[in-house]
Amino acid sequence: MGTQEIVAKCQAIFDDLNFTVAREWKAAKPGRKVIGFMPVYVPMELIHAANALPLGIMGGGDSMEVIHGDAYYQSYICRIPRSTIELGVTGRLDFVDMMLFPFVCDVIRNLSGIWKMMFPNVVSRFFDTPQNFDEKIGGTYYEHELLELKEAIEQATGNKITDESIRNSIKLYNENRKLIWSLYDLRAKEPWKFPTWELYLLMRAGLQLPVDEHNQMLKDYIAAAHAEDKPRRDNSRIVLNGSFCEQPPLNLIKSIEMAGCYVVDDDYVLINRFLTEDVPLEGDLLKNLSTTYLKHSVETSCKYVPKEEDKGKYLLNRISQCQAEGVIFAAPSFCDPALLDRPMLSHRVSENNIPSISFKYAENSGQMQPIREQAGTFADSIKLWS
Amino acid sequence: MSAEKEAVKDESMLLQKAMISRNYDAITSKHETGRKVVSTFVPGNLNELVMCFDMLNNLPEINAIQAGMRKLSGGYIMEAEKGGHSEDVCTYVKADIGQMARGNIAPNGKPFPDPDILLLSYTGCYTFMKWFELLREQYKCPTVMVHVPYQGDGHTTQNMRDYIVKQLKEEVIPTFERISGKKFDIDLLRELMTRSAKAEDDLVWVIETAKHKPSPIDAYFGAVYYVGPIFSAFRGTQEAVDYYKVLKKEIQYRIDNKMGPITPEGEMKEQKYRIVVEGPPNWTNYREFWKMFYDEGAVVVASSYSKVGGTYDMGFRHDPKNPLESLADYCLGCYTNRNLPTRVDILEKYINDYEADGLLTNSIKSCNSFSAGQLMMMREVEKRTGKPGAFIETDLVDPRYFSAANVKNRLESYFQMIEQKRRGVKSAA
Amino acid sequence: MRCFIGIDLGSTTTKSVLMDENMKVLGRGITGSRSNYDIAAAVTKQEAKIGTRFTLFRDRLASNGKAQDAEHLIGDLERTFRLEQFLYMLSELESTCDGFVSGPRVVGKESIIREALDTVFKNLRAEAIGIYGPNAARKSDFFRDIAGSRYMALAEDVAKKADLNFDLLVNIYDKSINEIENRMSSDDDVSKWFVKALDRVLADGSTLNKENITSAMNDTLSIPLDETYVVGTGYGRVRLPFPKEHIRSEILCHGLGAHMMFPGTRTVLDIGGQDTKGIQVDENGIVENFQMNDRCAAGCGRYLGYIANEMNMGLHELGPMAMKANKVSRINSTCTVFAGAELRDRLSLGEKREDILAGLHRAIILRAMSILSRAGGIRDEFTFTGGVAKNEAAVRELNKLVEENYGKLKINIDPDSIYTGALGGATFAHRACN
Repeated sequence: MGTQEIVAKCQAIFDDLNFTVAREWKAAKPGRKVIGFMPVYVPMELIHAANALPLGIMGGGDSMEVIHGDAYYQSYICRIPRSTIELGVTGRLDFVDMMLFPFVCDVIRNLSGIWKMMFPNVVSRFFDTPQNFDEKIGGTYYEHELLELKEAIEQATGNKITDESIRNSIKLYNENRKLIWSLYDLRAKEPWKFPTWELYLLMRAGLQLPVDEHNQMLKDYIAAAHAEDKPRRDNSRIVLNGSFCEQPPLNLIKSIEMAGCYVVDDDYVLINRFLTEDVPLEGDLLKNLSTTYLKHSVETSCKYVPKEEDKGKYLLNRISQCQAEGVIFAAPSFCDPALLDRPMLSHRVSENNIPSISFKYAENSGQMQPIREQAGTFADSIKLWS
Repeated sequence: MSAEKEAVKDESMLLQKAMISRNYDAITSKHETGRKVVSTFVPGNLNELVMCFDMLNNLPEINAIQAGMRKLSGGYIMEAEKGGHSEDVCTYVKADIGQMARGNIAPNGKPFPDPDILLLSYTGCYTFMKWFELLREQYKCPTVMVHVPYQGDGHTTQNMRDYIVKQLKEEVIPTFERISGKKFDIDLLRELMTRSAKAEDDLVWVIETAKHKPSPIDAYFGAVYYVGPIFSAFRGTQEAVDYYKVLKKEIQYRIDNKMGPITPEGEMKEQKYRIVVEGPPNWTNYREFWKMFYDEGAVVVASSYSKVGGTYDMGFRHDPKNPLESLADYCLGCYTNRNLPTRVDILEKYINDYEADGLLTNSIKSCNSFSAGQLMMMREVEKRTGKPGAFIETDLVDPRYFSAANVKNRLESYFQMIEQKRRGVKSAA
Repeated sequence: MRCFIGIDLGSTTTKSVLMDENMKVLGRGITGSRSNYDIAAAVTKQEAKIGTRFTLFRDRLASNGKAQDAEHLIGDLERTFRLEQFLYMLSELESTCDGFVSGPRVVGKESIIREALDTVFKNLRAEAIGIYGPNAARKSDFFRDIAGSRYMALAEDVAKKADLNFDLLVNIYDKSINEIENRMSSDDDVSKWFVKALDRVLADGSTLNKENITSAMNDTLSIPLDETYVVGTGYGRVRLPFPKEHIRSEILCHGLGAHMMFPGTRTVLDIGGQDTKGIQVDENGIVENFQMNDRCAAGCGRYLGYIANEMNMGLHELGPMAMKANKVSRINSTCTVFAGAELRDRLSLGEKREDILAGLHRAIILRAMSILSRAGGIRDEFTFTGGVAKNEAAVRELNKLVEENYGKLKINIDPDSIYTGALGGATFAHRACN
């Protein structure tokens, strides 16, 4: 299979707001369940271990008309909760057995309560990850939370989660993360061979496909991409930051590349590489999941940074690892986490003489011209500088 | 403010004013007195603990409110936006940061000294976390966080409580000891909490007097003052206990004489509408906003905003027998840390218990913790109580976001609708 | 006779409705809302009274038989009445202009200017007969619009010929028209126009008995129209010089007005210039619930105004063009601030104007659907009011979306729906006294 074929498959999954792939997976065998989750992080291993499909719900994108969802939100609130409600109200999520609303911000947190009221037949749960990263304090708390989550999943699915099944799931997700990180590394090295919009569609497909299928798809894609020859262009290398929750429209992702930027790192669909190291397979597995979260996960706006000197360090590290020449801060309009973080991150970046620009988008932004212009000017200015 | 008529003030208001200015004076003179200053937030405010170390409590939200009422916040916000802060985010944060950029002058005219420590009581509001990361960047001072888990399922768990207590024991208290040089004395904490509970009893009595007809208080615009001491730097002090004694006497007098609340223009006479309000008030046009209510004969009989610093009317009291656990429970129970179904239950109960005509939501642009989901909440409360709701939009301290004509238009429509419905029911009967 | 009047002071136009003791609507008035709300209210009230006199006159003639001839006569009379009114205003304008021929900018040029003005007004008067001729189409009924556009055209021509600075004439006009607009015409003036207009019509010959007609007119004009009770509403209502009990919120008036037009109404959608309202009413027209657009005015009538400007088209041309679309462009933002940019972006990508316009209309209606959903959905019957209700493309999208989301419902649109609020106000006025 060539990359084109794989990407076309991903595109079809991405475009399908009825989640046919997930529906068919569920229908294929009795006992299978589907658990939906919002950005930015849930331990998918626990869902998978209950013979359930973790279904990533990233809003409705730019192709869905929102009527009822808008009725629940004021104009100063971002778009992802509106389109997510629209998905729910229009029956597109009627096959989902349980919904998880992880901690991102107050809007998604409150959406968990709306879901409880609107869809009383669906088990809805807010999932709070610790902001204290001491193993004895935040760790102990988180282990208990994971235990509670495990029990809630067992209850919602009717499927027992055994240590063996968790271990098997962790193994698969360790592999998934490893493949994704290696794909990210490959792109950073040869971005012309791994266009970001293709990578993005691959990541989005992973939110609907069973993890083993996704692993195979990633391997196939890497092999195919290596085999193909794509022309190298004189683009500037940038890191994209701020798009960890509401996703930009695909056209925007394409526009940045078309404007002359190679995206060498981004924070789209962060869940599939939130943990930066393997979760150990020995010992207490919930504790392992907890410790890996505490000690080896990405820095993002919805996680507290206990030490002032560490703020923005992760971004700076990624910039140097990926040999980026600049940063584009692209945040959804009205996104508290990204927009409140931006001044601090941009200070760090400029202290290190790294140029940056910033703009806002919504998942249904229709105008690409200003984005193309800004990104293009930025790319040109980087080339002039270096 | 100077152009406005001097407002009518009760003794309790004057008393509170003096308390607040004493606290500001104590903060701005920290270099002379050697006392340490803690900055922290209203929800999850651990005042008794701060007092145990003889430190002073400075609350940036209150400072932003002060700036809003003094018509200074607009300039501060623009200053912060010039410095790269987005127009989309919380204006408390921007007012605070803009104030710093313009010399950080306290309401007493003296510059605020830098805080010695930031106590990030992360309770019911995401923005708090970023706010103190931003302040930490400027002050470069020690920062300690208390992460209070959200009541996603509408109840607290032992795990949540243990997590908070552990943070207090192993992080907050040792840090406070280090900063203040004072040893933690749990008996002192118990003593202060005994006073807290006493004042809290009185506060609940005050809030619940709105069940009277006519109501002797306004439970939104007036309650902002009544909750002041307990929500800010005075919980656990004798001053707070004394304040509530005076306040109770004033309100008892009004009950005995069938009097309404005291507005800035004197006693409110006619009470045509009894309203429950959800959401914080606007501070930049506070008096104008209040006037739109009392001019129409609308009195607020219950509000959720008067529960942001603790839901005492639902039974919680600081408990000297279990001081740290009780602080944990206090933080967990703050209004915005409760999930939406619980908030709906609370509002429904208010409509029924206070025999209100309906629910008015003042949706605040800055505050997603409050605002995201309010339209759903309103619909649910309407459904359950059969009483009509209305929705207005303002902001905390951004004067650009207060459109008087717009707000007045909706309020009048709402009150007239209640009136018309009432008449409709009567003529049908 | 006892009259009950409702005045709706909107952001762009002020409307009024006058009804009698039996709640029969006798007259309506409309004028541009100007900076002086008192005058706008007074002018529209006078207009409603003029309409009332026509109704009363028609009733009188009808009672004398020969209804068809009477209709014909009244058609002529209405046209001619407007002509008389126009000529009167024109002479007022002329003398006001004359008064402004002074000041340092015109020193030494007074006589040339006066001559120019004289020519302009002479021509204007000559044109007036044609403007108000039978079957003549007028773009606006407001004096300001008609006189203004012709004045500019004529003055430019005259200025060129007389080698005079055109701006001077524009300046004089601007000052004068503002003054004229703030003047009220008296009941006497109105009576005079009626008499003059009738003379003019009758002079052209009519099969009707002239004596009867003249006496019917005299009878009509002698009826005193008492302002028994006046209720004000609309966005500018607080600025009306009325005591508080004479003011009702526009939500209440709209709800009641829609009920008066269509008694089966349960849900009302009003899309006005500045806001969009969703209102639920009970079987008596009493408002049960309402929602308005939030602070953001995206998707209101004003948005179409911006689009029209951006496309260099008239507001009323947008709907028909959108009807020609073969496909509907997907417009994701009805933000007035970005309207222009989005439009240019799409045009530059080669999208067709009509398709984009169809998308814009759909976007506006989608936004209205959200507000209705917020107000508790749509119930049968559903009444659509406001300026946008006249736009066929918007109505088409609304019909589609209502059926998709709520099933087949009875959808009411009254061609005079801009008077809904004023009608509700007049009904309130009537209720206050009965």
